Formats: sequence, C-alpha cells, structure tokens
Amino acid sequence: MTVTDDGAATASPVDPTPVTERTPSRGKLVLRRFLRRKSALFGLVVVVLLYAVAFSYPLFSPWDYAVPDYLAFLTPPDGSHWFGTTKIGEDVFAQVMRGLQKSLTIGLLVGLLSTSLAAVVGAVAGYFGGWVDRVLMWLVDLLLVLPSFLIIAVASPAFKGESWLIFVVLLAGFSWMITARIVRGMTLTLREREYVKAARFMGQSPLRVIAKHIVPNMASLLIIDATITVGAAVLAETGLSFFGFGVQPPDVSLGTLIASGTESAITYPWLFYFPAGFLVVFVLAVNLFGDGLRDALDPSAAGSRKREKKIDKGERA
Amino acid sequence: MIGFLVRRLANYVVLCLVATFLAFALASTTFDPIAVLEQRNPPPPAAVLDAKREALRLDEPIPQRFLSWVGGVVHGDFGRTVTDRPVADELPRRAGVSLRLFLVGVVLGVVFGVILGVVSAIRQYKLSDYLATLFSFIILSTPVFVLGTLLKQPAQSFNELIGTNYLQTLGESTPGFDGSWFASLGDRLRYLIVPTATIALGQIAYYSRYQRSAMLDVLGSDFLRTAQAKGLTRRRALFKHGLRTALIPMATLFAFGFGLLITGGTFTERIFGWYGMGDWLVVGVATQDANIVATVTLFIAVLVLVSGWLSDVLYAALDPRVRV
Amino acid sequence: MTAADKPFDGPVLEVDDLRVSFPSEDGRVTAVRGLGYAVSPGEVLGIVGESGSGKSVSSLAVMGLLPDSARVTGSIRFQGRELLGLGDAELSRLRGRRVSMVFQDPLSALTPVYTVGDQIAEALLAHGRGRVSKQQAANRAVELLDLVGIPNARERAKAFPHEFSGGMRQRAVIAIAIANDPDLIIADEPTTALDVTVQAQVLEVLKTAQEVTGAGIVIITHDLGVVAGFADRLMVMYAGRAVETGQVDEVYTRPRMPYTLGLLGSIPRLDAAEKQPLVPIEGQPPSLTDLPPGCPFAPRCPMVVDACLTEEPPLSLVGAVGAGEEHRAACIRSADIAERDPAAAEVFGVATIGEPAIAAVPRAEREVVLSVEDLVKSFPVTKGTVFRRRVGEVRAVDGISFDIRAGETLGLVGESGCGKTTTLMEILGLDKLMGGRISVLGEPTDRLDKARRKAIRRDLQVVFQDPQASLDPRMPISDVLAEPMQVHGFSAARIAERVPALLDLVGLRREHGSRYPAEFSGGQRQRIGIARALALRPRLIVLDEPVSALDVSIQAGVINLLDELKAELGLSYLFVAHDLSVVRHIADRVAVMYLGKIVEIGEVDRVFAAPEHPYTQALLSAIPIPDPAKERVRERIILTGDLPSPADPPTGCRFHTRCFVYAAMPEDRRSVCVDTEPALNGSGDHSSACHFARSREVV
Repeated sequence: MTVTDDGAATASPVDPTPVTERTPSRGKLVLRRFLRRKSALFGLVVVVLLYAVAFSYPLFSPWDYAVPDYLAFLTPPDGSHWFGTTKIGEDVFAQVMRGLQKSLTIGLLVGLLSTSLAAVVGAVAGYFGGWVDRVLMWLVDLLLVLPSFLIIAVASPAFKGESWLIFVVLLAGFSWMITARIVRGMTLTLREREYVKAARFMGQSPLRVIAKHIVPNMASLLIIDATITVGAAVLAETGLSFFGFGVQPPDVSLGTLIASGTESAITYPWLFYFPAGFLVVFVLAVNLFGDGLRDALDPSAAGSRKREKKIDKGERA
Repeated sequence: MIGFLVRRLANYVVLCLVATFLAFALASTTFDPIAVLEQRNPPPPAAVLDAKREALRLDEPIPQRFLSWVGGVVHGDFGRTVTDRPVADELPRRAGVSLRLFLVGVVLGVVFGVILGVVSAIRQYKLSDYLATLFSFIILSTPVFVLGTLLKQPAQSFNELIGTNYLQTLGESTPGFDGSWFASLGDRLRYLIVPTATIALGQIAYYSRYQRSAMLDVLGSDFLRTAQAKGLTRRRALFKHGLRTALIPMATLFAFGFGLLITGGTFTERIFGWYGMGDWLVVGVATQDANIVATVTLFIAVLVLVSGWLSDVLYAALDPRVRV
Repeated sequence: MTAADKPFDGPVLEVDDLRVSFPSEDGRVTAVRGLGYAVSPGEVLGIVGESGSGKSVSSLAVMGLLPDSARVTGSIRFQGRELLGLGDAELSRLRGRRVSMVFQDPLSALTPVYTVGDQIAEALLAHGRGRVSKQQAANRAVELLDLVGIPNARERAKAFPHEFSGGMRQRAVIAIAIANDPDLIIADEPTTALDVTVQAQVLEVLKTAQEVTGAGIVIITHDLGVVAGFADRLMVMYAGRAVETGQVDEVYTRPRMPYTLGLLGSIPRLDAAEKQPLVPIEGQPPSLTDLPPGCPFAPRCPMVVDACLTEEPPLSLVGAVGAGEEHRAACIRSADIAERDPAAAEVFGVATIGEPAIAAVPRAEREVVLSVEDLVKSFPVTKGTVFRRRVGEVRAVDGISFDIRAGETLGLVGESGCGKTTTLMEILGLDKLMGGRISVLGEPTDRLDKARRKAIRRDLQVVFQDPQASLDPRMPISDVLAEPMQVHGFSAARIAERVPALLDLVGLRREHGSRYPAEFSGGQRQRIGIARALALRPRLIVLDEPVSALDVSIQAGVINLLDELKAELGLSYLFVAHDLSVVRHIADRVAVMYLGKIVEIGEVDRVFAAPEHPYTQALLSAIPIPDPAKERVRERIILTGDLPSPADPPTGCRFHTRCFVYAAMPEDRRSVCVDTEPALNGSGDHSSACHFARSREVV
C-alpha cells in the first residue's frame, strides 16, 4: 500500500468508511420543525401580511392619512371609512396603516441594528476577555441601570423636528445590552470549543476567528433575538410616542394614534381599538414567530423536547 | 468577604452616580427652561428671565451644577423645580406611590407567575398549558398603556353589575376622604386594584414563561430520575426536587424583570392618574426640569441596583453552589 | 401481605419479549425489539453493547422510569409480579426498596440543592414513613456513606453534591441504591464517566454492596473489560436485541456471533505481549426507525452471506451446553465460527501495521521534535460564583520535563486533574511561559516573533478529544480541511488538489467534502479532525484524548489509522490519554503524571512490564482486562480516596496520601516521603520518582 502525501493519493491506508444514506440537510430540518408549529406559521403569515398591507394601502384606500374628510367627523366605521374617522375627519384606516408603516419600519431597523451591535460587543468582550471585557460589561451595566425609556424621554426635546431616524438609533442604542450579555456568555463557551481552539492553534487571527467561527455559530440566537427585538422595539416606540417622546406630529405612529384614542376609548372606541388591535396583533405575531424560530433553529432549547410528546399524542389519539 | 461586599457596594454607588450624571447632563443640554418661560403669554420681563437663569445656575458648566446638586442630595436637598418648589418636598410622597405599585406588582407577579409556569410545565400539552401560554403571549404583546385602558372596561362593567362605583380608575384615593385608618385602607384598595392588576399581569406573564421553561428543563433531569428511583412518587419528586431547583434561575430574572416593571409603572401611573415617580419624569421632561429628571433617575438607579443586589442574595439563598 | 413480600424462589427479574418505542422527528424509534432475560437472586448479569443498542432503555423500562411518550409492551416480572401496567404509586413502593438503580452520570444524578446525607435519608424515609424517624434515617445515611467508603462520613453527609467529586457522588448514589436492602440493583454504566482508578473503587463498592445485600445485579456497560471479572453471565445487545448470551467465560473464550468477536478484538489489551492489530467494526449501528429485514448487523459483518439479509436470526443454542447454562447466539453462521474458532483479526481482515522507517535509527541519533524542560503553569483559584474572589493558586503543572524524537510517540497519562491537558495547552500556545522552557523543532517558544510562531504552527498540529466539538458545525468538510491551508497562504489550486487527497488519506470518500460535520459519525469526525491536522504536513501532532469519546469498536479504527499514518508519514505524536491500554498499544514511550509532576517515564514495554512507582502500579492494576479467568485471579491495588486538590498538594512526595507502600511502612521510615520530594531516578530509558521504588508486576 502506498500513500503519496500530495496530489492524487491512489490508495488509502484504511478501508473507506461508508456513510449511511444522506441525512436531510439542516435547512430542510429547520423548515420541517418550523412548519409543524401552527402558531409560528400563523405568526409569520400575519407579520408578512401586515407589512404588505401597511405599505400597499394607498393602492386600495381612497383616503390619505393627513387629508381630512370635512364631511365626516367622528363617524363610526362604515363602507366609506372602514375604521371610522377622527374628530377632524381623518380616515382612521389610512392613519392606522400609515402608523403601522412607521412602527414596523422602526421596529425592523431597531431589531437589525441592536442585534448587530449586541453581536459585536458581546463577541468582542467574550473573546478577548480581560480589560476589554470589563470595560464593555461595565458599560452594559450602566445602560441597564438607566432604563432606555428614561434616557430617550430626556433626550426627546433634542430630536424634536429632526428625522425619526435619530429615534431609531436611540432605540437601538438602548436595547442591545441584554442580548450582548447573552452573546458574551455564549462566546465564553464557544471560545473553549475545540474547533475554535483548533482555529487559534492553526494561526487564525482573533478577529477572523470571531467572524468565521464564533458569530456564525450564534446565528440561531441572533436571528431569534432580532425577531424578538423587532417586537420589543415596536412596543418601545409606541410607548414613547404615546407620551409624545417618539414620533412627532404631523407624522403618525401606532403610539401617537393610541395616545389620541385612549381618552375616547369608551365613547369613540374605533379611535382606540383599531390602532391598539393592530399593535397587539403585530407584536403577538412577531413573538409567536420568534418562539417558533427558536424551536426550529435551536432544538436543544427547552421548548423542543415536548414536540415528541405532542406527536405521540397525535398518534395515540 | 467583607472587602468584596464593600467593593461591590462602591461599584454600585459609582454606577448610580454616573447614571445620574448622564441623565443630568443630557437633560441640561437638551432642556431649555428659559425658552419655555419666554413662550408664555404675556412674555415675562427680561429681569425675571435673568433671575430665573441665575436661580437655575444655567451659566455654570454642567459638571459643576451636577456636583452642587449631589452636594445637596447628601444633605437631603434635591434642588428646586423650575416652578421654584423644593424637589425634596414632593419626593417622599411620589416615591411612596411608586413603591406601593412596584412592590405589590412584583410580589403578585412572582407568586402567580411561578405557579402558572409550574402548572403549565407539569400539564404540558394539556389545555391548561395552551391557555396559560396563550395568555402569556397576549399579555407580553400588549403594551401597558393599552392593557390599562382595556382593563378599565371590565372594571366599569363590574361597577355596573354591583351598582356602585367600587373600582376606581383615576387617582389613588378619594380626595378629602376622612375616616379611620382601616377605612382609609379600604378606600385606597378600591383605587389600587385595577392599576395593580395592570402591572401585575405583565409580571405574571413574564415570570410564568421563564418558570415554565426552567421547570421543563428540570423535568428531564437526571436527579429527578434518581429521586423517583429511590421511591418518591412522580408528584412528590417534582415538587420536592424539581420545583425547588427550577426556582434558581428565577433569581437572575428578578433583576431583569424589574426594568420591565419600572417602565410599565410609568405608564400605569399616567393612565390611572397616580402622581408617582414615573409621572414625575414625564412632568420633568415636559417642564424641562433637570433637577426632577436627575432625582427620578437616581431613584430608578437605586431601585435597579437594589433589585440586582436582592437578586444576587436570592440566588445565593436558593443555590448552595454559589454560597461561600 | 402483598405477593411481592412473600419469599419467592424463582428469578428476581424476568423480562420477556420487551419492546420499547419512542416517537421522534423521523418516525417511531423502536429502541428495544423483543428482549428477554432473567436474573437469579445474587447473580450478576452484564449487559454489553454500543451506544444506542437499547441497553439503557430496557433497564429504565424495568424501573418504570421511561418518559410518558415511550410505548412499552411485553412482560417484566419482578419476583413473579408483573410490573408493566402498574401505576406510579405502586411502582414507587417497589422502587428504591426492592429494585434500585445506579445511573451513569454521577455529576447530575443528585439534586444540587439538598445535602448528600438528606438525599440518602430520603430513600429510607420514603419507604419507612411512620416507622423510621428523621434522626434514625440521618444516622443510617451516615452509616451507608461509611459503608461505600466515604471517609469522615458524619461530616461529609452535611456536604452538598457539588462539594463531592464524581467518584464520591457515584458512591453516594450507590448508598441510596442499597439503603433499603433491595433484591435487585440495576447499574447503568456506573463507571463510564469516571477515571480508571475511581472506576476500580466504584466496582469494589458495587461488589461490597452485592455482598451486603445479596441482591441480583444487572450491570450495563459498553466496556467488555469492566464486566469480565464481575459478571456471572453476559448478554450482548445490538440494535435493540440480545445477539449473544451465556456464561461470562464461555462468551469471552468462545464468542459465536461476529459482533461479539469484533467487540472483543477491538479492545487494546494491557496484557498483550506484542503489538496486535485492533479490530475495528466499520460502519454505524442501524437506524432504529425503519429497520430493513434480516440481521441488523449484516451491513457491518465481515461474514455476511445472502441468507443474512432475508431474515433476522433468532437467539438459538450454540456449542456445547456446559454446567446447565445455555450459550446462545443470534447468527446463522455461528456453526462456522464454532468450527473454525478464528481470531477476530482474521475474521475482520486486519493486517499488522509496520514500523516507520525512522524507527530503525537509534533514538539518540534522531532529531528532537519537542522538548519540554521544567515547565511550570499555575492558575489563580477563585471561590464562589456570585461573590468571586481569589483565594490561592493551583500549580497545575509543576516542573515537568520530557522530549519527543522524530517518529516517536510519547503517551502522557494520568487521572483527570493531573495537569496533562494544561501541559498540552502550554505547548500549543507557543507563548511566554511562567517557568521552564519549551522548544519545538529546536526553537524555544518564548522568543518567537509573530511570523516565526506562525511558521512553527505549520509543524505542530492538534487533534482534540470531542468529535462533536472539534469541527465547526457550520462549515462543510472541505472548508474545514482548507482552513489551515488558507491561513498559511496556500494557493486555491493547491488547496483544491489537497483536500481530496486528505480525505483519501484518512479513509473517507472524496464526495464527503461537501457534507457538514453533523452528517458524520463520531469516528468519522475524528478522522476529519486528523485530516485537518495533517493538512499542513506537520512533524508533530498533539493528540488530546483522541479516542476516549468513541465507542470501543470505533476507537479501534481510529487507533489503527493513527498507527498507519505514523508509519507512512513518519510523524511524531504526543498522545494524551487516561486509558493506559490505548497508550500501551500506540506509544513508544510513556510518562505518568500525578498532581503536576511526572512520577514515572520510560519506554512503554519496560514501564508496563515492571512499573516502579506505586502510582503507576495502581493505575495499571485498575485497568480491567477483558478475560474473565485472568481478571478473577488478578490482585487489584485499590487507591484510597480521590486526587488531592492541586491547590493544596501534599508535602514531600505528593502521592504519599494515597500510597499503599507508604501506608504499609512503619512510622519511622515514612518521614522521608512526607518531608522530601523524590527526584526522577532510573537506568536506561526508565525512571521513576519514588523513595522506595521497586518494580512489581501488576498486569
């Protein structure tokens, strides 16, 4: 038996080990697990639907959110104004859709920004350790001591009249800390994983190790977290806008709409229940989607063992 | 050990100070109380504005203003509001209002959250588990300002049902109520129920989710099997060995849950017309008052750190592995 | 009086046509498919099989501890009483009192929040409510702890599980199991998670437990060595069924099923005088979701004939019926095997592996690939998780020296915590050292600049222990193999050419390159890890317990591969292991570590044939030999206690606290062990660090 150490080796020193039939790819497995969960599928469909409707509403609604209908003040929902009108005659449907647009956009951007920031800070702190870790974690502690709500409220006079994008940056800037802690914890574990050590011992540079081996292996966590953060960001945005600290008039968000509808929740319920309903349904859908993702992507998580039992039940029944 | 606790405490104090300074500095740079005054109709005379500027020390650099504010705090003086009333006068009452809401909310939340989570986990995939999960998801997806408004409706229906306005949804006690201590407690209770339910529901949903998954983790554990193998029934093993161990992660969550509580509290106070610290913050921002903002920040920072410390203590109490 | 309380003279346990299935992602998994066996009072039955053979599931079924999702049919009779179908309340009256169980992983088997004493007492209180007072139970718990060999039992009973070492926890679990004097003890891989010396201790405790209780014992293991000297009867399981049963001696000496034959041949033998090839059983156990007809072992069987694929053979009598005990095997070719009585290597067609060319050159003339001189490494010791603080320092490695020459394998052995992994990390770190000096290929590592360090990494590669963790799950195998070459600036064309060559080299197919690690078995992943280490054509490969996470049958294939690569490519290995029989098989020289020190070092045959240090002797004697006759007459040196804390090592000779030589000596001769640290002394290539070194045969 000869082994040439380069190029085309003709013979192998041991008998080749057969691999049994190919197992389904990870992607397929994830999809299968995800689809099995009705609530998650429901969440996904609702989220997609809401985004689609919010951005396409001008195509099928005759009303503009900012242009009042002077012939209809505070009319209840009817064929013309599907969700009724406000006291100055604005179409509530158009307003809710416009508000949904803003809230959803802000939510999506904040989810992406905050998770990216969390991934970078957490991975760097966890991988390098030492003083880098101490400084970054002190910063995290500090920001956790200050509720984001407070800081953004205090800073709100500064961005009055500015672009809502500043608001996005602020929201993202105050919602990454807990994720960063989790990422750091995972990095500490991953750093001791043998494949990371192997990369280090083959001479790979630290930043490349983080980019190539650490962050990709937290992809599930990050995807799940980004999803959940979208929901949380929408809640934070609407909360701040509710108090007038967020999206500023004449622009509307679900928060500003709910704020103006709260007073008349009992007398003119459509002013409150339509924006509030859309908000709750959207956040609920995002959360269900995120929960289903967690189950599908991370089968070791607590949620997934039960799946087996469920199947069994089905079989017994 | 002592040295360690002292270091820990020192770190807390520094964190509190830095946090408060950040809020103070941010407020001082973004707020412009003089501009607010100028917009009054009729506009106040220039001399009044100058006097105000002088009183609020707006010409001094921010760190210096902060230091003198901190100097005052040490002696119980939290500065004066823009309307020239001592912050310290209002502080105890407002802090009391908020603390009442927070404490009752947290206790109810933890107790019922744990119960709900455990029941959910043990009865996994039974109807009660689905209902509990659905409940938690809906509550966690509903912002407090929507939930509060929603709860006012059943409260009203309840009042209509019993024929009196027993459940109150505005204010914290009947103005001018006079009676025995006990009667006064009863009066306050009428105002407390709906707001407390608002805040507690969120807490229950939050804790129950985590308690459920902690309990599920424990359900598959080896030690539970050992407990059964030595002759405990499943139920006994679950409660004596399972629940006791599944409570440990709750200690860590406690610190995070508190942040949620504070934000929720702010909304609750506003919606139900309680004049607490959260309400004060909104007032402070509206009147562009840096002293109020700094005071509220300090209050919140202290609360967050106390809850963090409590969470550590709780953790050590629950888990012998971290005891020293 | 219930039926179970009456004296019963039949078997304690009778299992008949047991079937267990679980739901899973891919459909129902039938983990146990028609299993039957019986255990008589006082008898020890060994159940042996690879992971996934259904051996643990069947025993959990006996205890009634399977999850609700499991579907169990057949019959399980305990002292004549049918257990299947009993409710939790009825079973809980039996569990812990009449039948008890010892689990595999002692680290997680005890509830972390209660003291060990309380958990033992609980077993008594659970069955003696009203009759046993809390105080009585607590006292009895202390007695039981004492019985299982926990020193200072009254004090230790108040400790929490995390304050116990793995071995001590396993003893505590055994104490719980024997607390109510049961009639049957099921031990599910009770020693798998433990070090060899501790494994020997725990097996002794189990024997004691059996003597004290007179119970029947079912011991489940994947290691044929463990049960050789302990079990009376043996049952080999494969794919959820028994494939061979019989008296221990009969099965070991005359295996009649190729699987058993392979299992026996795959174990590296400590008592093997000359190097024999190991028998790997290639392939994986079948998936139990959708088993094809025929013998489930057929796809891996070297003796397979067409008839094997049509029908699954029943368990039937083979060979001579001796002493009233039946020897059965489930193989249609068992008659052929009986006729020829072949060696495993012959059946499985394994050839002897040659020596590398360089082995002909005398050791002294070969290049020094790695030299370690007086290496020291210490860690700060912190206490508490919430209130973390530094309380001291652990000298994990305390002045060790060795060297490795070209084409040579040095085995570094010792219990966990002895500092062998730390040594390895210090070598791989190529960084500044706390003390001592490491040279790789003649170059001292503490003065390297970045470029030189990177250059040296080409020659120094590593293979890790855990095949699950050693490959990035997100990378296809070809990327895994390409990574080291990319780091070291190989051209894309060169990499593309080399990746298939590497796959060939380790016995994998080229088309496997596009697959992800999760699609491979443990043994295959370990081969990929080895291929990655070979990518840069290193001179020295450091192997950190490369086979300890693998099943024996798979382990044999990886060891053979390493042997062959060394012979073909002239590599040098630093082989870290806790299993001395593997080291004996693969290494040229061996160094034994204890608490950060090397206590004995030398040529492998000399050290194993005539160990001088009492610790080496104890280590060797703790290794079971898969031969019941030899095992029963072997004199076993059982070390007392656990490894002392390296934060506070004993004075003088670090081993004296556990040393049997020291313990047997008169007081006046002992002082030198307590006061003076012995130096390494010896002649030729064999030295040991003991004041009273005396060679002794222990294998």
